[in-house]
Amino acid sequence: MSNISHSPESAGGNLTARALREGIFAGIVALGLFVLFVGLETTQNIRNELVLNQRWGLLAIFVAVAAVGRFLTVAYIRPWMDARKAAAKAPVEADESFFKRNFSKIAIVALLIYPPLMVMLFGVQGSLKWVDNFGIQILIYVMLAWGLNIVVGLAGLLDLGYVAFYAVGAYSYALLSQYFGLSFWVLLPLAGILAAFWGMILGFPVLRLKGDYLAIVTLAFGEIIRLVLINWTEVTRGTFGVSGIPKASVFGIWSFDVGAPNNFAKVFELPMSSAYYKIFLFYLILALALLTAYVTIRLRRMPIGRAWEALREDEIACRSLGINTVTTKLTAFSIGAMFGGFAGSFFAVRQGFVSPESFVFLESAIILAIVVLGGMGSLVGIAVAAVVMVGGTELLREMTFLKAIFGPDFTPELYRMLIFGLAMVIVMVWKPRGFVGSREPTAFLKERKAVSGSFTKEGHG
Amino acid sequence: MSDTLLSVQGVETYYGNIRALAGVDVQVQKGEIVSLIGANGAGKSTLMMTICGSPQARNGTITFDGEDITRLPTHLIARRRIAQSPEGRRIFPRMTVYENLQMGASLDNLKYFDEDVEKIFTLFPRLKERQSQRGGTLSGGEQQMLSIGRALMARPKLLLLDEPSLGLAPLIVKGIFDAIKVLNKEEGLTVFLVEQNAFAALKLSDRAYVMVNGKVTMSGSGKELLANPEVRAAYLEGGRH
Repeated sequence: MSNISHSPESAGGNLTARALREGIFAGIVALGLFVLFVGLETTQNIRNELVLNQRWGLLAIFVAVAAVGRFLTVAYIRPWMDARKAAAKAPVEADESFFKRNFSKIAIVALLIYPPLMVMLFGVQGSLKWVDNFGIQILIYVMLAWGLNIVVGLAGLLDLGYVAFYAVGAYSYALLSQYFGLSFWVLLPLAGILAAFWGMILGFPVLRLKGDYLAIVTLAFGEIIRLVLINWTEVTRGTFGVSGIPKASVFGIWSFDVGAPNNFAKVFELPMSSAYYKIFLFYLILALALLTAYVTIRLRRMPIGRAWEALREDEIACRSLGINTVTTKLTAFSIGAMFGGFAGSFFAVRQGFVSPESFVFLESAIILAIVVLGGMGSLVGIAVAAVVMVGGTELLREMTFLKAIFGPDFTPELYRMLIFGLAMVIVMVWKPRGFVGSREPTAFLKERKAVSGSFTKEGHG
Repeated sequence: MSDTLLSVQGVETYYGNIRALAGVDVQVQKGEIVSLIGANGAGKSTLMMTICGSPQARNGTITFDGEDITRLPTHLIARRRIAQSPEGRRIFPRMTVYENLQMGASLDNLKYFDEDVEKIFTLFPRLKERQSQRGGTLSGGEQQMLSIGRALMARPKLLLLDEPSLGLAPLIVKGIFDAIKVLNKEEGLTVFLVEQNAFAALKLSDRAYVMVNGKVTMSGSGKELLANPEVRAAYLEGGRH
């Protein structure tokens, strides 16, 4: 549609006429594109015969969206954007607002009061959805993305198999608690250590690889772990997964098991509800995620963190400066994997059930997408990206009103990946380095200045 | 020969089956500026990289300060205080000038950091102006200064410079070569330099080697080589022959 040239001098009625023309054209293109995809549907009937359903109404909606969208873009949105651009150029940029400066502090406080707020708003039982589906789900991905950020964002090692460490962490907790009856607080660090160990095991063979080659090997590694989990049935019970994983307790003081004498709700004489456990889990994952962020921030200022960033920029220069690239890479892999392991054992304790289904390549891709969208290396950007991506998919489930428009068969979740992809394309077009493309220098003499991401080679961020 | 800092003896380096260095002998004494000139593909940069152990020499020995470093991994060679400003400068483009300098000092645990940074900012005032700017946004000349500055942050005994004049305007080349001279005179820094810009390099150097097809074919003081008709014909008179 962009092949229609638009002359800058057009204005007023001329503009509307052109918008109308382009709108109609867009409609025709959409018709051509979607007539077979959307207009016709093949299904099987009871006798296993192929039936052709005609969905002209839905097709009309698609075409109308394209035509009207194009019309609005050309007639209103684009002139408005141009006007705004012209306006933005004029005034000198004011000081950053209070909100922007203290964003992370405000965010942490907001997260701390989030569960009580939800309980107040929706009642104990009603808060479950908001704390569990949104809060915990998003925070798990925040933590995973922050962990992967160490490997991809800081050290620049493209890892497509990060979910393997998540799986190692989850199964470490699931199996060790089943076979040896160890508690969550013993197994949490142990799961981290085991995942870190597997990070090293992955690290050794791929030391000489970079970029695309590294990505392929890590992808394979992720699949190997998953296939082992599926096929080593004596230990992992294969595709059935491990169920009945014990719940975590508040440091062994209060338990969340229904029958236990020190049950949290009984001790505080509250009505029985699984919401308390979820709220506890919310604070637990919040603490774990903040730990990840804290460690990342501290490491960036230490020699090892600086070495990671330098390694991302130029490996040969690193070596000529006396940096041992072998240990630097291995520590990046193992520390990143360790946080994946923590998140994994948390996942196991939250679900109470793990199976290889949860650790497919798609998970790795989503985590990586969050890191890239957020701006590699930026903790705040990654958190925002996780909220948008994971929260967005959860929100899609809620959008039942769309059924009124698209008919009762419409399931918004199915369009999840489509929207996901669209969102990524849009972000990458407008912000090629992710939401936060700048990086804060770790060392400075007098002034601290964020370093903008523009003007350097793409893919070096 | 008492004060030999770097001694390269019979070094052969291969890329796969291709022999890039065919038995090179080079000596660098303490406090000297030695340059290595030669045509493209003669093996100059390979020699530089071989000294740093990447790739390692297949035959021959490299001795630094009395210690055999031929088989050491690169990062350990760097810790013997051989600092390199590699070909193409290889600064860290997304890190600030200041951070780049800090990376150079990693070996010393930042003990002399402030002092050394000040020294480099006096030597290259442009870097001071640009300290919080990203390395990738510097001009070519500034990047070269940064690359040398970063190498100096390691307090090297031997500074290896691979084509410091690459792609730079003559005036900036002069500035950089002057800075090298100052470092050599005032700090007694030993410099081993690979250059295409033979004239500038020979003028600067105490001694020089000429390399052809992976072998050293000539050596002598800078002045001798500048006067040598063969050298003049091959490297100084614009390849008109």
